[in-house]
Amino acid sequence: MSVVFYLLAAMTIAGGLAAVLLKQLVHAALAVTVAFAGLALLYLDLDAQFAGFAQILVYIGAVTILIVFAILLTRSSDLPKEGVFSGTWAVGLMIAAGVFAVLGWAVLASVRVVPQQSPAPAVTVRDIGNALVGRYALPLEIVGLLLTAATVGAVIVAMHEKERPKG
Amino acid sequence: MTTPLACYLLVAALLFAIGLAGALVRRNAIMVLIGIELMLNAANLNLIAFWRFEPHPEALTGMMFAIFSIAVAAAEAAVGLGLVISIYRHTNTTDLDKMNRMKG
Repeated sequence: MSVVFYLLAAMTIAGGLAAVLLKQLVHAALAVTVAFAGLALLYLDLDAQFAGFAQILVYIGAVTILIVFAILLTRSSDLPKEGVFSGTWAVGLMIAAGVFAVLGWAVLASVRVVPQQSPAPAVTVRDIGNALVGRYALPLEIVGLLLTAATVGAVIVAMHEKERPKG
Repeated sequence: MTTPLACYLLVAALLFAIGLAGALVRRNAIMVLIGIELMLNAANLNLIAFWRFEPHPEALTGMMFAIFSIAVAAAEAAVGLGLVISIYRHTNTTDLDKMNRMKG
């Protein structure tokens, strides 16, 4: 157990908790950025440099900006009178606690089966690039198609509609 | 001395539960999307941790799974936020408890 892991895990969990609990949506977006950054650093701690930097680029760079834009466009920054939590919040909390209990039990029950130590893998970005255009070329093409379709679809869905006559 | 795999899995499980609670408990549609993003990220942490501790990390299986998962999550975020903006245009609210038009 290293100190670095404890610090990064605490940062990630604290960011996630703050994102869920903070009332102002902009504050929640900032807190979720902290959680994303903690996850990127955890990936770096796990010797997955490429995934760590991809996480920083995609999540901190793009997804958070998208969320902030959505908050601004929907004027969600003013707090609702009924409170920020749903009417059935107790049920949701119980479901989440149950899911965590089952997951934690599964992890702790399998702790003797899973490997506990292994040497750092010698994988470079060159290997990842070769695998992406070699063995994983077809999934890469499909993801490219998916991203194009998703971008076009998001623009069409969010595009301003002209006023149509009712009926 | 390295951290055992179970610690990473527990952190991922806790983050997944936090994201699930956020998606189920909050009223605002954007907060639900943030909760879903947290859940996807927890799954990615699991994939990377298993890749790091597997016997043959040079096969890159878990790493590729995580990278493709990040790409699909980005597409999901774009479409989801587009839907939220579109719903806001129609109903003038992002409160999910008020979106009960299809309630029988």
